[in-house]
Amino acid sequence: MTNIAIFGVTSAIAQATGRLMACDGTRFCLIGRNAEQLEIIKQDYLVRGASDVFVFPCDLASRTTHQDLVDNIMQSVGQLDIVLLAHGVLPDQAACEEDPFEMSEAFEVNALSHMSLLTVLANVMAQHTKGTLAVITSVAGVRGRKSNYVYGAAKGAVSIFLDGLRHRLSSTGVQVLDIRPGFVDTPMTADFEKGPLWASPEDIARGILKAIEKRKDVTYLPHFWWWIMMIIRHLPRFVMHKTGL
Amino acid sequence: MRRQTYKSWGNLPFGKQKVIPLLSRSDPLPTLSEGETILPYGNGRSYGDSCLNTDGALIDTRYLDHMIQFDRERGVVTCESGVFLKDLLTLLIPDGWCLPVLPGTQFVTVGGAIANDVHGKNHSQFGSFGCHVLQFELLRSDGRRLLCSPTQNEVYYHATIGGLGLTGVIVWAQIQARPISSTDLECETIKFSGVEDFFRLEEDSQNTHEYRVAWIDCLSKGTALGRGHYSRANHADGRRVSRDSLLWKKRISFPLTPPISAVNKFTLQAFNSVYFHRQRKTIRKDTLSFETFFFPLDHIRQWNRMYGPRGFYQYQCVLPMDQACTGVTTLLRMIASGGIGSFLVVLKAFGDCAAPGMLSFSRPGVTLALDIPNHGQRTLDALSRLDEIVLNANGALYPAKDARMPPDMFRASFPRLDEFIPLIDPVFSSSFWRRIQPTSQSGDER
Repeated sequence: MTNIAIFGVTSAIAQATGRLMACDGTRFCLIGRNAEQLEIIKQDYLVRGASDVFVFPCDLASRTTHQDLVDNIMQSVGQLDIVLLAHGVLPDQAACEEDPFEMSEAFEVNALSHMSLLTVLANVMAQHTKGTLAVITSVAGVRGRKSNYVYGAAKGAVSIFLDGLRHRLSSTGVQVLDIRPGFVDTPMTADFEKGPLWASPEDIARGILKAIEKRKDVTYLPHFWWWIMMIIRHLPRFVMHKTGL
Repeated sequence: MRRQTYKSWGNLPFGKQKVIPLLSRSDPLPTLSEGETILPYGNGRSYGDSCLNTDGALIDTRYLDHMIQFDRERGVVTCESGVFLKDLLTLLIPDGWCLPVLPGTQFVTVGGAIANDVHGKNHSQFGSFGCHVLQFELLRSDGRRLLCSPTQNEVYYHATIGGLGLTGVIVWAQIQARPISSTDLECETIKFSGVEDFFRLEEDSQNTHEYRVAWIDCLSKGTALGRGHYSRANHADGRRVSRDSLLWKKRISFPLTPPISAVNKFTLQAFNSVYFHRQRKTIRKDTLSFETFFFPLDHIRQWNRMYGPRGFYQYQCVLPMDQACTGVTTLLRMIASGGIGSFLVVLKAFGDCAAPGMLSFSRPGVTLALDIPNHGQRTLDALSRLDEIVLNANGALYPAKDARMPPDMFRASFPRLDEFIPLIDPVFSSSFWRRIQPTSQSGDER
């Protein structure tokens, strides 16, 4: 039996990833805020072949509940093989520039809540000799850009946190995977005009499974974002400052 | 909410629309401003403007993609309306079930398949898609959720099947699958030399072969007029159902829209001629995999791009059996001489199964479908000439494929139109629907 926990499963990428894994012999723990939607996803995974599905409705932004939540999950399934962290919001950059509370709120949901959960989960996973801790960060975390540096800073913080966690767990055999998607066509990005760089949640989901299978540390999805981000990362500042990126 | 360019499969230019995703099957429809109209949008595989609502809003149903229930004993599956047929097949096939009616692509949604009451190559045995829809939930703009089946809210059931999305949003549907012996198909391809041969082959095969379809070389003239390949197939014997048959080993893609259409006089002539002669023998027997047989075009992602930035028209008509032979011959003569030219001219016979929808397209007779590159007015004029032949033969045109039929053609195609109109949801409309309104009654436009 493969036990899979997905935090923020109502997000399009997470849901698509779980769907690809839903087959005989997989048991899911689904965590999200919307209880009704969790039931819908539970039904969906069961019909598609999952052996068992447990749901845990809760607000992951409230950090004090994290230890209890993970304890509950462990009580239900005993052991975790794959953990995927996918919750988060796309903050309004302009509002974050105006209001420090808005800014720290965005950081809370996109960075601190992940780090808090990862702290609890790492201690659980460290007792195993295998398994995967996969976290969806973003290409936005690679370099601060004026169009969304608040989101980028939060995602970048999680990436550095994961680097350190990977170092810490390197002797255990637990994979720590940093997933960095580019533009993905989801409800979170519904207001953007889509172009050729955009990927579907299903494309990203397939990439995540492949990265887990290959036991990668960091994956850019789709892969061409590695090249794009390499260029952006190395742009001299005087060039960068002339762009609207 | 920004306006977005949602297109239909024909890639004809139709302008932008506001897009509102429906995120959950329990969500209500959005609140609209005065005079605003909406239309559900599945995967945009209709060819013309029946899935578009230019200057209005589209309700994007792509997130309604959850399975709800699958009774493996009885083959009854319930799912949300944004689920692709591909995903249903992936679920059904390992248990020996299959959708009874399969259109030419598996990348259509269940909602779209119902709203266009699509058909396949086995119409004479299984009818249209709507024949296998046991029930569905219809969400209306007044907030009502109607459970529709042949015995409950029947008028909405019959209006919504084939109803082009105008009666409300189909939220979920329950479908009866059929068992199959194998995902492999025993297929025979027979070269034939004219329309009369097609009808002879049809008569010979209708009791022996479930799936029947013909490709016609539309550029051949004179004595070769109407020559083509007739394919007939059955599911292979012996229990071999394989999920792998649903996964193309490698799908190729048409990566960009070329600046001009790749479909022109020369490529068409070459293709049609080579395709006709690719098979030396008169009869060829093959065992084909599921996807190769049912969805050959799905192998090339975005094949519609080959028609270039101006896009293309599809023309699909049905002619009643008594008019079919002469009607099809006249149409083909017109196509060959008018230089309309098409890669894929497909001829199929419909059986006598009554379609459940008030606006269902399939009806007893023979249906001819072709793709035509968009050359502006020249193309429209040529298609109007085809309309005349179809009208004279008491035929009908298929709204799912249409981007240009005039109002009188629509009215002549759908005798139950007046029964349908009162069941339309007051805030639902589409570019297609506004286009086929008689101009004298423009005050009634929705």
